[in-house]
Amino acid sequence: MSDPKPRIRAFIESNFLIQATMQLQDSDSLLDFQVVDSTGFLELIHFVEAEFGLKVADAEMVLENFDSIDSIAGFVRRKLGV
Amino acid sequence: MARLNALDLAAEADHIARRLRDITLQTLRRRGLVVAISGGIDSSVCAALAVRALGKDRVFGLLLPERDSSGASTRLGTMLAEHLGIEHELQDISPTLEAIGCYARQDAVLRRVFPDYRPDWKFKLVISQAMAGRLAVTRLVAEDTAGQRYEQRLSAPDYLEFVAATNFKQRIRKTLEYFHADRLNYAVVGTPNRLEYDQGFFVKNGDGSADVKPIAHLYKTQVYAMARHLGLPEAILGTTPTTDTFSLAQGQDEYYFGLPYPQMDLALWHLNNGLSAAELARELGCDGATAQRAFETIRAKRRATVYLQAPPVLVSPVPEMHGEGIPT
Repeated sequence: MSDPKPRIRAFIESNFLIQATMQLQDSDSLLDFQVVDSTGFLELIHFVEAEFGLKVADAEMVLENFDSIDSIAGFVRRKLGV
Repeated sequence: MARLNALDLAAEADHIARRLRDITLQTLRRRGLVVAISGGIDSSVCAALAVRALGKDRVFGLLLPERDSSGASTRLGTMLAEHLGIEHELQDISPTLEAIGCYARQDAVLRRVFPDYRPDWKFKLVISQAMAGRLAVTRLVAEDTAGQRYEQRLSAPDYLEFVAATNFKQRIRKTLEYFHADRLNYAVVGTPNRLEYDQGFFVKNGDGSADVKPIAHLYKTQVYAMARHLGLPEAILGTTPTTDTFSLAQGQDEYYFGLPYPQMDLALWHLNNGLSAAELARELGCDGATAQRAFETIRAKRRATVYLQAPPVLVSPVPEMHGEGIPT
């Protein structure tokens, strides 16, 4: 599997990051930087499921898995066993 | 700084009544007030204060049940209108909601989520709170005619569509309120309490829309105290806040707050009065981390509420329209 980060970054930038002034780092907290609200996280999870063909369990809907590009990429890799 | 329960109810009732009168007659230049009455405590207090402000002959009550409303809402709403002696009208909005596709669009989502779903099932939306590092999870709960319950998490598109379809209810009600306001030359009352107003627990251009909001500054706890002070019927005083939006009974905390409303009400009061998470924790009987998360939840919902609260945004200013007697 190719690095998931570019696809994750592309989704976040085109859907949430309208301010061009902000350069989101891979490790930046989406919540702390107020990039994504609670509906946004639902949309993010929907994207991850569709894009990477996986199912996110309720217990996996935690900030640890979704709060940064790094953590989302890590979660995807773990789920897909790569 | 007054404690939550130390509000001078008599003075406050007088103040609200005076302001309602001034706003209606002078600022808005209308002859009276339209109040949609749900049988719940907020609309009941608003109607009673409207009568206090303008007299019962200048308040018009509207009861607007639909298919999924509880029977209690019509019964209690009628009781309240008769108690206040105001002219009132009941209109079942189910045919309107049917025509605009509210139920059909809800059913479409329900069928996607529960393949066996049938229109005689009951259902509700449950939102689990985003706390302790968990993200908010929205679930549909459905119950078949045998009483068997099914639960399924909603994807973002399904959640948004379901909420959008459900929002028809509040928006259709507001449409009817403005019909009566226009024909009577009255103003429309919005009934949110402080917690709802602050935290965005309303539908944009639905129950969020109004000409005047008499209790938006009162905490829910204070609204209950005011209802008692105004001598509202016991049956209304005893109600638990529900959304009265779904066929399965749903507490307001289940739907929006994720915590019992008395706790969110207290948390809001503590936050607004500069009190610490430790003091809130003492009041709630919980640990400091839980109290801190309650504060964070409130702040997060305020950010999300910006869209709901925003008036139309002009691309370029129209200076002639601002600063000349526009009511604030």
